Amino acid sequence: MITRREILRGSIGGTAVAVGLPFLDCFLSANGDALAAGGPIPVRFGTWFWSMGHTPGYAVGDRTDRIEFLEECRALIPHVAKINYFGRFNSPLDGRPNHVHHTGWVTTRTATAPALPGDIPAPTIDVLVADAIGGNTRFRSIDMTCTGNPRDSFTARSTHIRNAGEVSPHALYQRLFGKDAAVSKDAASNVATDAMLQQSVLSGIGEQRKRFERRIGAADRARLDEYFTSIRELEHQLAVQRATPVDAAVCARATDPGEGPIGLEIDVVRANHEAMTRLLTLALACNQTRVFNMAFNNALSSLRRPGTAYTHHTLTHEEAVDQQRGYQPEAFWFNCRVMEALSVFIAAFDRVREGPGTLLDNTLIFAHAETSYAKVHAVDNIPVMTIGAAGGRLKTGLHIAGHGDPISRVGLTVMQALGLPLERWGTGSLQTSKTISEVLV
Amino acid sequence: MSGLQRVITCCAVIVLVALAGCGSREPTTKGAPPTVRLLTESQYRNIIADVFGRQIEVAGRFDPVVRTEGLLAVGAGLATVTPSGVERYVALARSIAQQVVAAQNRDSLLPCKPTDPQQADQKCASEFLTRTGRLLFRRALSATEIAAASDLATTGAREQHDFYAGLALGLQSLLAAPDFLFVTETVRDDPRSKTVQLDGLSRASRLAFFLWNSMPDENLLQAAERGELDSAAGVGRQVERMLDSPRLESGVRAMFTDLWALDDFATLEKDPTLFPAFGLAAANDAREQTLRTLVDALLVRDADYREIFTNRKTFMTGALGIVYRVPVDAPGEWTPFEFDRDDPRAGIQTQLGFLALHSHAGKSSPTLRGKAVRELLLCQRVPDPPSTVNFDRFNDPASPGKTARARLQVHSTEPSCAGCHRLMDPIGLALENFDGAGQWRERENGEPIDVRGEINGVAFDDPAGLGAALADDPAAPACLVRRSYSYALGRPIERNERKFLSYLDASFARDGYRLRSLLRRIATSEAFFKVTTQPMQVARGQSSEGPTS
Repeated sequence: MITRREILRGSIGGTAVAVGLPFLDCFLSANGDALAAGGPIPVRFGTWFWSMGHTPGYAVGDRTDRIEFLEECRALIPHVAKINYFGRFNSPLDGRPNHVHHTGWVTTRTATAPALPGDIPAPTIDVLVADAIGGNTRFRSIDMTCTGNPRDSFTARSTHIRNAGEVSPHALYQRLFGKDAAVSKDAASNVATDAMLQQSVLSGIGEQRKRFERRIGAADRARLDEYFTSIRELEHQLAVQRATPVDAAVCARATDPGEGPIGLEIDVVRANHEAMTRLLTLALACNQTRVFNMAFNNALSSLRRPGTAYTHHTLTHEEAVDQQRGYQPEAFWFNCRVMEALSVFIAAFDRVREGPGTLLDNTLIFAHAETSYAKVHAVDNIPVMTIGAAGGRLKTGLHIAGHGDPISRVGLTVMQALGLPLERWGTGSLQTSKTISEVLV
Repeated sequence: MSGLQRVITCCAVIVLVALAGCGSREPTTKGAPPTVRLLTESQYRNIIADVFGRQIEVAGRFDPVVRTEGLLAVGAGLATVTPSGVERYVALARSIAQQVVAAQNRDSLLPCKPTDPQQADQKCASEFLTRTGRLLFRRALSATEIAAASDLATTGAREQHDFYAGLALGLQSLLAAPDFLFVTETVRDDPRSKTVQLDGLSRASRLAFFLWNSMPDENLLQAAERGELDSAAGVGRQVERMLDSPRLESGVRAMFTDLWALDDFATLEKDPTLFPAFGLAAANDAREQTLRTLVDALLVRDADYREIFTNRKTFMTGALGIVYRVPVDAPGEWTPFEFDRDDPRAGIQTQLGFLALHSHAGKSSPTLRGKAVRELLLCQRVPDPPSTVNFDRFNDPASPGKTARARLQVHSTEPSCAGCHRLMDPIGLALENFDGAGQWRERENGEPIDVRGEINGVAFDDPAGLGAALADDPAAPACLVRRSYSYALGRPIERNERKFLSYLDASFARDGYRLRSLLRRIATSEAFFKVTTQPMQVARGQSSEGPTS
């Protein structure tokens, strides 16, 4: 497996660049289009997480000649031509327990079943992609969560290296477009000088690596190595910032959403999701980052409606099934709102014009849940979608039936579509070398 | 083996363990490898306040540490810094450094003035960076380190024609350095035992972060440099000084915040429609009330630890008074308050800080409360929920239970639920007179609430009975001993330390279950400083972050 340090060295090191650049070119649009500010359009990658899965029989139809979104997914119908839906892929656990609301997202994102509760045994897919392309923009990755709790994040290198989500639209704006961003020509020269001095600070810290490595044991050395690699990356990103200013005209369109409520009440979550989505699309369009993660709710969905005692998660277990309708009405209501939020996310990407198409056409969004049917904690048939054409590398509008194949096939296909040189992915029965060729161009 | 035989066997084991620990001599341990611990958010904030004063704002968010083996302190020993985390640390370091050299602070925080504020002044910069760096790094800086930071200050001053702007860069380089962010313990050869031992400065840091949740002060650093922490007498002198310091309160607050997961208050929310009295002010005050109650009982009054489960003395604010529905003399400030003898509130587990934290946003949860009592107060691990639970019996629309007891009845009859829920529900049901925000109620959905319960074979009739049962349960003080020791070391407990823990249990009992005595026992023990170069024997790194469905 390609490591973070290898990629980093490849992208900025001496001789390794000759090997690294053709590979990194894979992350540019296959259509040869250019950004408004010049330079080819890059391909972006991101994830969109939701929990509590779908209501069986009310979300996606069984037919596989096309995607048939049903009542719960009605909001996705306008985008169906730009989505691939992957159903009936499984998560074989090889005798490991199903840690409820955890195992499912971990297998989907890491192709490895966690042995312990809370365990994240391998890097998540976004981390692998960011290792490859995250170093060439100001931010390696932008991670957001709409619940107000930075712990509700589904991106990690390991159990103890978790990327915390940004929870506040205002804070996200400050980070992306605040005073440290060269969002205007006037600011660019000051920012460049400042970036140079900040590079000096980081360079001095990076030089302490060898001294530290001599003082500590192997396990702790790996932890410090992660820290020093992050320092080096930040230094590199400052260099990128100085050399390649962002698309100031697009960046300047961002406005500060201001301080607002943060929490788990459904309308608050939706509002924060929408605000962060808008900032994210602008950040992608003006080349601040190429990788992102959005978590709409937490794994044990604590979404709630004002004045009601039950959360989304408790409803999936404790609400009675309406015998006439055949599902739990309140839990279903939440599921519908979640799919509406995904629709908002997709629409925001599809509104940003880029070359002859849209930002969505140059992006690959990997959207999935942590269970298929929350009422019974099922981790087989977890709903997974890819959204966007990845710069023309992915066909869309397809419903792919997995027939019980490991869910890791979807992740491997995604990474190969993006150009990562992976032949196989995963461990145990989740390991696969079979891509899903039907969706690859 | 019959149930009676099991009980007898268990009692015999307890007696033997107790006898083994009754000796006054500390059992030998082998220790564990030295640790490299990422500063926690509260440690970082305390250090900045201790070094530069409280006027310096630490305005930034920290990446959360993964709670491991029940403790953030253990997670900090396994944590590293992610790329976005590094970005935050570097930005935070910059913000702090700029505040320190700002016009309103520089006269009080800098030991010298530049000859020309628009020029570099290496001598003044070196003087400041040497003095400050020693506190931040918990050791004297090397000549190379001083030169590197000073050179940065010089370069920055020349580029920006501003001595202070340059100095901020030098300080930023210290605040973003691994020597500051990671508490890295180092060892030296021990000629007596042919093993290794913690060096003096590492001992100083261990003591300071345990008792003060901050870096060593100048007195402690000097003691370490003079070699005084190499002897039991020297350690004893410093520990007594530290126990007498006002900074001990900060350390105790941090310890209980970690032990009882009070950091979860940061994301606690209650439905304002259902619980209009429980707003942000009440939530903040509820956390503070718990800590004030603990500090008052365990430090100010030096009470028996077990008293916290029956104690009626606490503190009140106006915001809390509304939720507790009690009159408050001075609503705008903290005032001492004592619940009446016939009031159902007695013990920390009947305060909002426990009841509201271990509930859902819109309702109480006997299961969450029972789990919290088991895991946080008694150190009894409740297994994670199985994935194969049959929820159909919960969903019987023909017989919806009006009270939590009625609704949870199915837990005791459904085999896949019963095993674990009988550990939690009978405890939590005793607290059902308190709703999801911790407010008193006698009925739920019009039905009277039955608060009888049971824990470890002891039955009780009401919340006060639960408190009395907890106070009598030997698992409660033993739990504090285990978790305090693990917290102090920032790592899980080793198998080779079990006898030592029994010794601590017995000592804690002999000392009348006084917290200060327990802290002293741990901080002055040989076990506290024991290190080995051998790998640890327990599984490291099991995250404690799991769901309870």
